[in-house]
Amino acid sequence: MTIRIINGKRLRTDFTWQDSQSIDIRDGRIASLDAEAHDAGKVIDAQGCLILPGLIDLNVSLREPGYTSKGSVLSETKAAVAGGVTQLCCSPQTSPVNDSRAVTKLIKELASSAGYCDVFPLGALTRGLKGEQLSEYAALKSAQCIALSNAYNPIKNLAITKRCFDYAQTHGMSVFVNPIEASLHKGAMHEGHVSTTIGLQGIPAVAETIAVSQLIQLACASGVHLHLSQLSAKGSVEQLRIAKQSGAKVTADVAIQNLLYTDDMTEAFSSIYHCLPPLREDSDRQALIAGIIDGTIDAITSAHQPHEAEAKQMPFAETDPGMSTIEFLLPMAQILSQRNELDLALFIKAMTQGAASVLNFPSMPLEEGSVASLVIYDANKECQVTNEMIISKGKNTPLLGKYIVGQVKATISKGRLVFEG
Amino acid sequence: MQALQERSSPKSIQLTKSGRLKHFLTISGLSKELLTEILDTADSLIEVGERNIKKVPLLRGKTVVNLFFEASTRTRSTFELAAKRLSADVLNLNINTSATSKGESLSDTLKNLEAMASDMFVVRHAQSGAAHFIAESVTPGVSIVNAGDGWHAHPTQAMLDMLTIRQNKGKFEGLCVAIIGDILHSRVARSQIRALNTLGVEEVRVIAPNTLLPKYVESLGVTVFNSMEEGLKDLDVIIMLRLQRERMQGALLPSESEYYNLYGLTTARLKIAKPDAIVMHPGPINRGVEIESEVADGDQSVILDQVTNGIAIRMAVMSMAMGGQMEEQQLRQKAQGEYKASEGRI
Repeated sequence: MTIRIINGKRLRTDFTWQDSQSIDIRDGRIASLDAEAHDAGKVIDAQGCLILPGLIDLNVSLREPGYTSKGSVLSETKAAVAGGVTQLCCSPQTSPVNDSRAVTKLIKELASSAGYCDVFPLGALTRGLKGEQLSEYAALKSAQCIALSNAYNPIKNLAITKRCFDYAQTHGMSVFVNPIEASLHKGAMHEGHVSTTIGLQGIPAVAETIAVSQLIQLACASGVHLHLSQLSAKGSVEQLRIAKQSGAKVTADVAIQNLLYTDDMTEAFSSIYHCLPPLREDSDRQALIAGIIDGTIDAITSAHQPHEAEAKQMPFAETDPGMSTIEFLLPMAQILSQRNELDLALFIKAMTQGAASVLNFPSMPLEEGSVASLVIYDANKECQVTNEMIISKGKNTPLLGKYIVGQVKATISKGRLVFEG
Repeated sequence: MQALQERSSPKSIQLTKSGRLKHFLTISGLSKELLTEILDTADSLIEVGERNIKKVPLLRGKTVVNLFFEASTRTRSTFELAAKRLSADVLNLNINTSATSKGESLSDTLKNLEAMASDMFVVRHAQSGAAHFIAESVTPGVSIVNAGDGWHAHPTQAMLDMLTIRQNKGKFEGLCVAIIGDILHSRVARSQIRALNTLGVEEVRVIAPNTLLPKYVESLGVTVFNSMEEGLKDLDVIIMLRLQRERMQGALLPSESEYYNLYGLTTARLKIAKPDAIVMHPGPINRGVEIESEVADGDQSVILDQVTNGIAIRMAVMSMAMGGQMEEQQLRQKAQGEYKASEGRI
């Protein structure tokens, strides 16, 4: 099937926008740009829209196997393409945990039969994600796990962390680690003015920054590629910047909600803003944005955590943490660009080139010969977010009921039209 | 963009459109006028406790459910007495020993109780924000009174303390008040600080070691003292907090004796404060841990007045919140009536 996209503005390799006359897609690749008209199977008019490469999301919870009341591979990959994501890494936090070939293969099979986007499972860094024993990295690698991750679980001690890193390096695998010092990590929100006022136990920023320091040192000692997932604190960005300057093989990402929101949002116990790592102060948020702008932080992720309604209907600290974000990545990024905090093209860079470099993937710019994974995005369309329009099983987004600007019009994955809004 | 799904702010959720109390969840967001109205109402109800027949019909025919997810003797019994003196029917439920241990969720427990046509829930829960959550979950018309949630708020305790201060000092302006002890884990302290600042005292102090103070405690509007000798100077009101024994375990304090040596209210230390300073304690007191027996039983102690005032404050809050709910109910019925009338015309 051939697709021809006419009109619109497309993203150049230098992350500026240029007018696009046409993009012809044939055999899964971009066959030609601005070529003469020809008979196409499908013509999409992108008048007034932006055309960008498909987004790569390094941190998505698909919830299957095990937590299908929250989401399934089918529902969440469908939601992903509706948000413009064409490739994603999925968390090993499933039930059973993805610490075996069988679970990895199951996820791969479910994803390929769903047929929406490329799914790269992250294998469990420790057996059962308990932080105690190595899982079978060689087996996980042969089942095509893209990297290893302990999701949001602490590793029992530094000796085990060191051995995980050494064994991962033996197999040439990257490790994705959420920096958490468990002994300091008690509470449900950021420790600050708001936690003091409303009497919730706070997680101090040092619970993250101490772990960042330890993990970087251990990674340097073992030579493994360390990827720090979901930074939330200013001090973490500062340490990472220094480590990168000294040539450490370390990369990092930040979740979109930590770029957008602060702990002020939890003042009236609004459980929709209960996230881990917690939403911190504005100075942290600003430092995270600065980290994206200067490249200290490589990638932005959705940290998509779909939940059933009941999971958020309890007193704050008892609710499940996390937001459903994957469908609204671009409108959320647009809020940042409207605030003049982060340019939309830079956001896209972090979710394409930046994320690709973490995975050691070649970047896929909109050029002739590239794999045709791209998104047509109407950055001016306004709509109100309703329960019915959310494809994800998780309706736990703070955007629910609000008016947002921007909507994905179509997503093409490897030459196939996988979403049309 | 306005948040539609966000939890309502304390002010909007507690008050009716005309600004009357309908839930009592926290002192935060309530005006000086409203707090004064609570105190005045309580003052007028104190007399009921002195009558031969200790009853007024303000809540006659109403059902009040004491919903205690956390153990309590004193608070629960004063709420029960308050409701009974207002002529309400009272149901006491200790949930930690019944439904939730069978796996029933909080929401389901609430739905069941609502089905029994309850008019008011008095809620105590170990989680901060539980009373807010319940107020947002119940159907309109049911009033929620917070009897303590986690470390967040214990507003009726704070108001009975304010009543005790006003009885003894006559006013709030110009007063210097200190709260001494475990501020970090204290819902009582958080509510007291709010109430004292709203009612316009001169200065609120907290006296404690740093391990018992929340980070950024100054943002609550207090001056911090680590030393009793410094902090007690020029005080009009001394509020002692109960020290939980389990604080020794988490490396927050070395021992009870070191705590008493540094922060115990002794006869000698009491002399540092103004000669007419009053000593308060939300109870139950630990004699010899945070307060010397002679001080607890001494002339300056108003600890038992606090208990008496607790009943009056709870009567005041319950009757005011029920009044607010009834006002809203009438508005809803009126709106429904108009809707039906307009349907009839079509």
